[in-house]
Amino acid sequence: MARIDLDLAHAYKPHPTQDSDYALLPLKMSFRDGGAYALLGPSGCGKTTMLNIISGLVTPSQGTVMFDGRDVTRQSPQERNIAQVFQFPVIYDTMTVAENLAFPLRNRGISPDRIRQRVGVIAEMLEMSGQLHQRAANLSADAKQKISLGRGLVREDVSAVLFDEPLTVIDPHLKWQLRRKLKQIHHELRLTLIYVTHDQVEALTFADEVVVMTRGRAVQVGTADQLFERPRHTFVGHFIGSPGMNFLQARYADGQLLVGDCRLALPQDKAEALRQAGEFVLGVRPEYVEPAPEGHPEAVAVRIEQVQDIGTYWMLTSRVGQAVLRARLSPETRVPAAGETMWLRLVGPHTCYYKNEELLA
Amino acid sequence: MQLSLEQVSKSVGAEVYLYPVSLNLVPSAVTVLLGATRAGKTTLMRVMAGLDAPTHGRVKVDGRDVTGLSVRQRNVAMVYQQFINYPSMTVFDNIASPLRLRGEKEIEARVQALAAKLHIEPFLQRLPAELSGGQQQRVALARALAKQAPLMLLDEPLVNLDYKLREELREELTQLFATGDSTVVYATTEPTEALLLGGYTAVMDAGELLQYGPTAEVFHRPQSIRVARAFSDPPMNLLPGEAATLGVELPGNVQVAVPLPSNGSRSVTLGVRASALRVQRRDGDVALPGTVELAEISGSDTFVHVDTPVGEVVAQLTGVHYYDLGASITLYLHPSQVYVFNEAGVLLVAPEHPTRRDA
Repeated sequence: MARIDLDLAHAYKPHPTQDSDYALLPLKMSFRDGGAYALLGPSGCGKTTMLNIISGLVTPSQGTVMFDGRDVTRQSPQERNIAQVFQFPVIYDTMTVAENLAFPLRNRGISPDRIRQRVGVIAEMLEMSGQLHQRAANLSADAKQKISLGRGLVREDVSAVLFDEPLTVIDPHLKWQLRRKLKQIHHELRLTLIYVTHDQVEALTFADEVVVMTRGRAVQVGTADQLFERPRHTFVGHFIGSPGMNFLQARYADGQLLVGDCRLALPQDKAEALRQAGEFVLGVRPEYVEPAPEGHPEAVAVRIEQVQDIGTYWMLTSRVGQAVLRARLSPETRVPAAGETMWLRLVGPHTCYYKNEELLA
Repeated sequence: MQLSLEQVSKSVGAEVYLYPVSLNLVPSAVTVLLGATRAGKTTLMRVMAGLDAPTHGRVKVDGRDVTGLSVRQRNVAMVYQQFINYPSMTVFDNIASPLRLRGEKEIEARVQALAAKLHIEPFLQRLPAELSGGQQQRVALARALAKQAPLMLLDEPLVNLDYKLREELREELTQLFATGDSTVVYATTEPTEALLLGGYTAVMDAGELLQYGPTAEVFHRPQSIRVARAFSDPPMNLLPGEAATLGVELPGNVQVAVPLPSNGSRSVTLGVRASALRVQRRDGDVALPGTVELAEISGSDTFVHVDTPVGEVVAQLTGVHYYDLGASITLYLHPSQVYVFNEAGVLLVAPEHPTRRDA
């Protein structure tokens, strides 16, 4: 197992001059030894490029990749001692399940006893002990992908195990079971795991820390809680949560917070930062927009445009100036009808403030 | 436009794709066809479009029998899962093609207006292959809208897009459907998508139409276990129990005091939505102690899988919550929040939906 340090950038062309010339903008990042990480973002955000740079499939156009302080930038995946699991099963159909699992070990000249023991452990974890002597060819796609996962996890001496959207082919009903398996395995084996996905549930469930990426940039590394409660960048607020965070233009005026033409009370602990910023963006998640009594100093009066019954909650859509404001309310709330006016609280302990897309306070 | 299906069925050889379906779609509204893959959604849509003839039954448009008419003789717009555009035509020409076919005027202005609605104005002179998947599907949607067909059929149009893009485009589609005059049929496998689209929902399973009605009503009062199962995400917790004097008795001596109709069966199934399970106790709650198998975090919600004496259940908690695998947890449930189904899987009891108002 290794600690991994990145200090690099990757450009599409020899002399990059603007941001769009980069697949990965200059970044510095560390992955703890034994940590579980997810790289999360929409297609084209650079997450797969980062994974391929860590594995050694791609050499960064500038900078270094260090494993435990050792420069491995020019080393192949084999030399780096990386195990990889891909989107689709990579197994030998003619071999049995046990032979498939043993293959990465046999290649390294490990003793038959040790191999048998290790294959047993992994098969047990993946609940495949009963199928060890079946040929892989006749198994379902799910089972084959489980073997791929097992092959990735079977060696104890790897620097890290890298996963590229490994649950894509898995039936939705079985996905959570495999997520659970991966989590258990991480707890037991304490391998350094790095997992690429565009699925927020997968990332937030699997990883201790999630790297959120957009347009070649890692905008925040954090726990699920941090990403939800205190998005450091507006993209994180938007991308995590469904629907994402509400964003409203706001400014400081005479000791008050001005949103549209509404004057709100300033949050005391953030007053100084907001005064200095002058103009900024107020971000509040639909989960934290609450109904408030008329005239509440932290609330705005809005005309409700749409009331949706989403089964387990109400979704209210309204507008403050040009910006859309959504509120997610519990099914027990008495909600107004569309067209009615309602007071909604915007300023509260969960409200975030942004300047130039970065968290200000 | 009033589309009616009368006892429409479809078989290919010995295999039944669709059991007899009768359905009067609400005109100028969205009807969601909700069901898992192979439920019969696409088969039904192809019959509605006239791409396939039904084996039995009739298709009527405004009372007129169109069963034998091919898709060319009908006025239907379709959008598929795959992004289907003319690859050698620019985005502009793709959108303009249905207008030109009909010899319409002011094509330039109409294309501009549609492109503006779907946020693809900057790409009008590009080829579809130069666009991202989301943009390509916007072009296909714009072309379908350009037809201004009285019937618009969409077969899982967002399934191949990233979830954030899906969220955005679904939102825009809902607006477009609401302002348009077309009768819209929209197939999806996702219960949440049906709820977000609103309108009416037809729940399908294994080639059968199970229930049709206003979307929220079908969700809150599923007539059978099969509908409840198809229309819940995460799945409704279904717990086998027995009718007792005070309600339903579950394994592990758990009593849920819910009044049952006298004509019910002895063995029943208790249905509990994941969102009805809480970790804070309230008056009158039933307690379900257990151990955590996994906490799945989506950001807005945490789905906690818990092993309990009544079986394995999933609880949906708002926000981010951490639970270690194997940790002890007690879930709480109020008896007024449960569904009860009889032995045949028919709904006996549904929770009152306290603040439902007619839109």
